[in-house]
Amino acid sequence: MASSQTSAQFSAGRMRLIKDRIARFGVTLGGGLVLLALLLIFFYLLYVVLPIFKGADVKSVESYAVPGGGETLALGMEARAEVGHRVTSDGRIVFFQLRAGDGLQPAGTVLLERSLVGEDEALRAFARNSLANNDYAVALADGLVRIARPEYDVSWPNDIRLVVPRLTFPFGETPLQLDEQGRDIQRLAFERDGNTLLFAAVTEDQRLIVTRFTGRQNMMTRAFTFSTQRTEVPLRGRIQSLHITPNLRQLFVQQNNRLHIFDVRNLADVQESQVISLPQSRGAVSAMALLAGSSSLMIAHDSGQISQWFEVSGDGQRQYREIRTFDVGRPIRSLIPEQFRRTFYAVTEEGELAILHTTSHRQLYQRQPGNVAIEQAAIGPRANHLVAQNGDQVHVFRLHNDHPEVSWSAIWSKVWYENYEEPTYTWQSTSGSDEFEPKFSLVPISFGTIKAAFYAMLLAVPIGLAAAVYTAYFMTPALRKVVKPTVEIMEALPTVILGFLAGLWLAPLVESHLPGFIAFVIVVPLTILVAAFLWHLLPENIRRHVTDGRAAMLLMPVVIFAGWASFAMSPYLELWFFDGDTRYFLTNELGINFDQRNALVVGIAMGFAVIPTIFSIAEDAVFSVPKHLSNGSLALGATEWQTLTKVVLLTASPGIFSAVMMGLGRAVGETMIVLMATGNTPIMDWNIFEGMRTLSANIAVEMPESEVGSTHYRILFLAAFVLFVFTFAFNTLAEFVRQRLREKYSSL
Amino acid sequence: MKAWFKSGSPWIWMTAGTVSLALIAVLGLIALIAWRGLTFFWPSTIYEFPFNDVDRQILIGEIYEREQIPVTRLQDAGIDTSHITDEFVTRYLVKIGNREFVPLDFTWVLATDIARMETPRDLVMLERARNGNFYGYVEDVLEDGISVMTANADIRAVFRDRIRRAVNLRDEAMTLQRGPIARINYQLDQIRLERRRMELRGTFTEEADAALREEEEALREAYLEVEAELFEIRQRAQRDAVVMRDMRGEQVTLSMNMVLDATYANDMNVLQKWGYFFRQIKKFVTEDPRESNTEGGVFPAIFGTVFMVLLMSVIVTPFGVIAAIYLHEYAGKNAITRMIRIAVINLAGVPSIVYGVFGLGFFVYMVGGTLDQIFYPESLPNPTFGTPGVLWSALTLAILTLPVVIVSTEEGLSRIPSAVREGSLALGATKAETIWRIVVPMASPAIMTGLILAVARAAGEVAPLMLVGVVKSAPTLPVDGNFPFFHLDRKFMHLGFHIYDVGFQSPNVEAARPLVYATSFLLVTVIVGLNLTAIGVRNRLREKFRALEH
Repeated sequence: MASSQTSAQFSAGRMRLIKDRIARFGVTLGGGLVLLALLLIFFYLLYVVLPIFKGADVKSVESYAVPGGGETLALGMEARAEVGHRVTSDGRIVFFQLRAGDGLQPAGTVLLERSLVGEDEALRAFARNSLANNDYAVALADGLVRIARPEYDVSWPNDIRLVVPRLTFPFGETPLQLDEQGRDIQRLAFERDGNTLLFAAVTEDQRLIVTRFTGRQNMMTRAFTFSTQRTEVPLRGRIQSLHITPNLRQLFVQQNNRLHIFDVRNLADVQESQVISLPQSRGAVSAMALLAGSSSLMIAHDSGQISQWFEVSGDGQRQYREIRTFDVGRPIRSLIPEQFRRTFYAVTEEGELAILHTTSHRQLYQRQPGNVAIEQAAIGPRANHLVAQNGDQVHVFRLHNDHPEVSWSAIWSKVWYENYEEPTYTWQSTSGSDEFEPKFSLVPISFGTIKAAFYAMLLAVPIGLAAAVYTAYFMTPALRKVVKPTVEIMEALPTVILGFLAGLWLAPLVESHLPGFIAFVIVVPLTILVAAFLWHLLPENIRRHVTDGRAAMLLMPVVIFAGWASFAMSPYLELWFFDGDTRYFLTNELGINFDQRNALVVGIAMGFAVIPTIFSIAEDAVFSVPKHLSNGSLALGATEWQTLTKVVLLTASPGIFSAVMMGLGRAVGETMIVLMATGNTPIMDWNIFEGMRTLSANIAVEMPESEVGSTHYRILFLAAFVLFVFTFAFNTLAEFVRQRLREKYSSL
Repeated sequence: MKAWFKSGSPWIWMTAGTVSLALIAVLGLIALIAWRGLTFFWPSTIYEFPFNDVDRQILIGEIYEREQIPVTRLQDAGIDTSHITDEFVTRYLVKIGNREFVPLDFTWVLATDIARMETPRDLVMLERARNGNFYGYVEDVLEDGISVMTANADIRAVFRDRIRRAVNLRDEAMTLQRGPIARINYQLDQIRLERRRMELRGTFTEEADAALREEEEALREAYLEVEAELFEIRQRAQRDAVVMRDMRGEQVTLSMNMVLDATYANDMNVLQKWGYFFRQIKKFVTEDPRESNTEGGVFPAIFGTVFMVLLMSVIVTPFGVIAAIYLHEYAGKNAITRMIRIAVINLAGVPSIVYGVFGLGFFVYMVGGTLDQIFYPESLPNPTFGTPGVLWSALTLAILTLPVVIVSTEEGLSRIPSAVREGSLALGATKAETIWRIVVPMASPAIMTGLILAVARAAGEVAPLMLVGVVKSAPTLPVDGNFPFFHLDRKFMHLGFHIYDVGFQSPNVEAARPLVYATSFLLVTVIVGLNLTAIGVRNRLREKFRALEH
């Protein structure tokens, strides 16, 4: 009986012990969760950010015998890269199944074969225009040209995507007469803008002719009638290649290492606008291409060097200048641009593929993809598939190149963007155009962050620290009990309210009472000094009633009066010093830009938000300085002020440092105040009367509109990551210093 | 003087000055918000301004703002100032309302141009459901286009009754829309999803489809019935109209179903004004916003804020308390403990927008996107949880406020004398029992304090919410009568975001500003109140344990 009771007790005890163990385990786990949360944030941000720094990857998908036979002139594909086509040297276009897939034909199956030239015609030259237009021009005998376009009809029978290729002749099957003299064409370039066609051609007798056809479509028959303009450009020597910009304004003619640029807007008056001599040291020019957006011309050489050129304004006119160069290290056979981005592909003589991006100045990839030496290649419109030919085999590759436009240097150093006069730091993430070159420099917004934090700290550090010192060291305990919570309340005020007041109340007030604000900075301290001195002159027995510890209360009405006075003076000051309109005076007389929502407003509002952070920590630090230290100093005859500066502040300095660090951390990360109290323009200027855009406000403004997984989205995550690391460093440092301080005091 | 400087006394006074400056700033700020926020509810006098220049059109409206400007600035702007002798002149911003009849509903007037400022007792301010306020005189009340005024009837009383009828009809229509119509739409949507779900699972059969069809048919019929009722109410609301004379002297007929309230502000005694004041406050907190948030009340924002904060509290309290118990009761003095402490400090210091970014990426797109694929494939590609919503907002803010709860709870734990724990252990209780039965109950006020502070912080936080779930106008509340009653995937409105949105994104910022002040005042009151409560609880706790130690 007795033993069973013990065992029951024992088992109950064991149950309790197990429960205790479980509790210990659970609680430890819970504690660890905090650490886990922080690590999760860190690594998740990193996980989203990292892909932007990864290079490109090319994976082999399919390979099969060249469908349709013959020698390939050009390759192409539709948007989803399910169906491709090739143009052969005998003038045929062959559509084939590019990739295998559910419900699709096997890869390599010929779907359609059409001829670009008639039975009695022969193909003399061939040209294609930009990817956005995607037309082909074939030159026939006797200076005739025909335009053809591969098209893809997409339908969804039974919810399966079906692509039916067809060949169209958008301007009719009747060829256009390019050369008036009817000579054969050896070399051809063409571009189209709407129904206007511009051709440049070299004839068999080595004349360079430029022809413009302006088409008008008959609404009923849909047939075109053309008005034709022709001109002959006098140019001696063998011409190696011709290029026309898609806006039909410029013609590039390459002769060995000389590049002639002609203004062909008016064919009656073709001007040579510039001649570029490319250095012989780079070897012969082996390929040229216009990048997406058609501003940049890429020139590749035998030496493997590729240079980027675009027009830069200077000396009153726009001239092509070399912007940057790439070095692939191998002779280059051809250059292939993308349709939307500034990425381009170089195919080397050894059959290597190099993927490069101009804005970020990055080389993302270089090797023989899938160990295939490629001879010819084409990129899909969405730039996620590559079709290449090697001998009698066609290879299809999948391209993974999601974030070429970003590199460490593109984010943090000056970049020369297209149509800019010089390298700049610019943040401009989106635009209406598809062919826009995004500008992802975090420098202007980081600068804005620092600027906002700087002006805020300018206000918050002196006030926060001075107030903390007074409260901790001089103030009577009873008063301190009231003052501390009041300032704590200040910390709890939602920043959205501070931001709203800053933007809608303070900003107009600053604008209309700027002289008052300047007066405030001078008048208030002076008034305090005068008040203190007057107090000092009062007889001793009155002064004794109010000790130093209550001076703050005594000064309240003084400060209110001085503040009111400086604002009341404002209109008069404005009349006397600023001709009655400060804003006008600043802008026109001093040449200082004035925005209504400026750094001064942010400084005041955010300073207000940071004061309590600094105050609270610094006050704790000063207050916890052991009393026997200051008492000892006072006993040795030092004044209160001497004791404070030489003993107390010195002892508390690590705590004060950590207060400033914490304050800085808060100022750097604050979002709503800067969002509402500045104009959010990413400019780089220390001017206190201009606004800024900060990292945090930038995230708040742009995040909701960025596409998930896009480069923009990841860059915004990078901005958040930078903020995280910034504040992590400040806070950890501050906490570390504070811990040390605490240990020191505990030993005192 | 020199001796005085040497004593350091002026510097002490300077530091004292900074304290007064800080105090004045806080109190002044709160006073400013309170004043601006509360005057919004007070009936403001409606003025009629005849001008010195008799040809100029009379203005009727409220004085919105007054300011002193130097005459030189007027001259710069090309205004004739020959009749002004002073250096400064007073300028009024007058709210003249009547938005559909005048190009701008605000106008600046120079005090020197005004002949008199009259306050006729018959001037009335109409609060309207659309186009803002209307100022003018009531001329006639119409029923089906025919005057109902008789010789001895009191036009104010007649008008008041007709407004009441119109408002009641409005409420009825609203009840129908919110209740039965919303429910039917919700159920129809559920049926659509059910069908899609069956299709995806491959369990779609003819019988099932027929059953669903039948249900749909019944719902549609019910819908038509309610709709007919709604149209009938709307028809009835069209009956009355009021003829007003505006400041142009023209007679304008306004349909009564747009009129919400009529205030004869110039004919009110103090008691009536106070009555109006409290009525307006009540309307403000209980009504829905109108005119893209620039008018009406803020009820959905209050509801959204409270609901999100409650949800957050439920999440953050257990984690915060457990972490605090770990740090104070279990953790040894080792590297991991130090790291956890640094993590707590850092979680408190990381900018809130970073939490927003994390919440959007991790919770919304990653976790939410995964949940959608597993549990809600039928509604794809429309996301259910893979889009910002109240649950993700609460979770994000829970991480954000975790350190607040931890720090506060730990402070409470550290104030409990170790003798209490030792006593419990000495009597044979295990550590878990000691903590659960003795320590936690004693620390509960500290936990409460932490929770209150966390709630205060969360209620005022806006930046992360802009990314993870707040919208300017949510069609439905996150809680309604449709199963499962709590819709955690829905987006919600929030007081803080309301301030940002109305103050900075609304089309008519000038008109909306008083409302923003009122909303700010509401938010500040709640947050300051919560903080004061927390401070009070904390102080009481300290006193209690101080007594315990002696």
